Amino acid sequence: MSSRILNWFKFSSPATFYPLAGKIQKVAAAIAVVLLAIGLYMSFFVAPTDYKQGEGYRIIFIHVPSAWMSMFIYVVMAFWAAMGLVFRTRLSFMMARALAPTGALMTFIALWTGAFWGKPMWGTWWVWDARLTSELILFFLYIGYIALQGAIPDVRRGDRAGAILLLVGVVNIPIIYFSVKWWNTLHQGASVSITKGSSMSTIMLETMLIMTFAFWAYAIAVAMARVRLIILERERETRWVAELAEVRG
Amino acid sequence: MDSIKDFFHMGGYALYVWGSFGVTALLMVAEPLVLVARRREMIRRLRRLIRLQSEQSS
Amino acid sequence: MKARHKRFTFLVVGLVVLAAAAYLVFQALGNNLSYFFSPTEVAEGKAPANHVFRLGGLVEPGSLKREGEGKTVLATFMVTDNQRSVKVRYQGILPDLFAEGQGVIAQGRMGPDGVFVADEVLAKHDENYMPPEVAAALEKAHDEGVAEMAGGNKP
Repeated sequence: MSSRILNWFKFSSPATFYPLAGKIQKVAAAIAVVLLAIGLYMSFFVAPTDYKQGEGYRIIFIHVPSAWMSMFIYVVMAFWAAMGLVFRTRLSFMMARALAPTGALMTFIALWTGAFWGKPMWGTWWVWDARLTSELILFFLYIGYIALQGAIPDVRRGDRAGAILLLVGVVNIPIIYFSVKWWNTLHQGASVSITKGSSMSTIMLETMLIMTFAFWAYAIAVAMARVRLIILERERETRWVAELAEVRG
Repeated sequence: MDSIKDFFHMGGYALYVWGSFGVTALLMVAEPLVLVARRREMIRRLRRLIRLQSEQSS
Repeated sequence: MKARHKRFTFLVVGLVVLAAAAYLVFQALGNNLSYFFSPTEVAEGKAPANHVFRLGGLVEPGSLKREGEGKTVLATFMVTDNQRSVKVRYQGILPDLFAEGQGVIAQGRMGPDGVFVADEVLAKHDENYMPPEVAAALEKAHDEGVAEMAGGNKP
């Protein structure tokens, strides 16, 4: 029993996770590049015109993947925050920190592409309906998390404060998702749902899913790169860092 | 797509489509590049740190 | 072991309390978070009488009338939720996707004559995406189905 626990928690040590993260980063980056190439090609040359929105709807191939990622990354960060608080594993907090800028980036892309899509189709860049407002709040949560940790010099206290902020804000995620169902919104309802299937043509849906996986692989690659930087920073005084091949030169 | 001109025109939605894809591409290229630069800086810092430590101990 | 269990319990209790608080807040805010009122809600007096609000629904097919030309077009149309309808008057540019049978959200005030005077009209589109040929095929099948039903009702 104790040896099984040891195996699992082995990777909660920064020293053992560092090389693994490097491997994951390489694989994820390669997958991201391939899927982005395929996805972009399909977005412009395979997916047909939309009967109502013409070529303008193609923004969906960025807008939806980035919106999904913006929510998903936050949930993963909240998960790591909870892990860190309960198990006191420092690497958990490092993972949350590593994901934050990418989550903020995805949220920004969702808001930006949403505005650029809304202007021609709805007739406005922005409205304060429940969907858009809650996604903007998500952006502020990401920025708030990054700023809060930047403002707290003590690493452990910063980890803890950030974790609490993440967990408080996690209630926003179901609000974003269900906003179009619970309230009257300008933003339309879900085109893809587990319970109701999809209201998109198959080829359009496939393109969107490939772009989603591309964004997912991208986020993993970038997060792995960043967590390795965080590990090096926090562990800079240790022997194992001094003996790394890339440091020895 | 009929021609390259049509491709850039995006059925009249050029500003919105390229404004979206363009900014996204920019950001998703900038982010990894920033991380590459930061890693290089970090390795440099670590080497300096180790050099200073070994100088102090000798 | 015991310390970890304590932290876990703390976390779970904290999250549950937070979720309950959020639920209560949203109950209190209720439909004030909704971006627009439906024609039925307007008919039931739920929309403010002397205040700007938003009316949302479908543009009733056959109800759109335009007077004038170009940018100073005066448009009148009915907004319906397939139960009640409200007449809207609007002067200005209509969005590209504005059309009969399509979703619309108008911002403005209810006039004394029961006509909603809008200062802004936005098009609301649904979550369906398909190429034109699929849309045409769907429409054809829909029309044929309607005709079949109508034909079947004749004695």
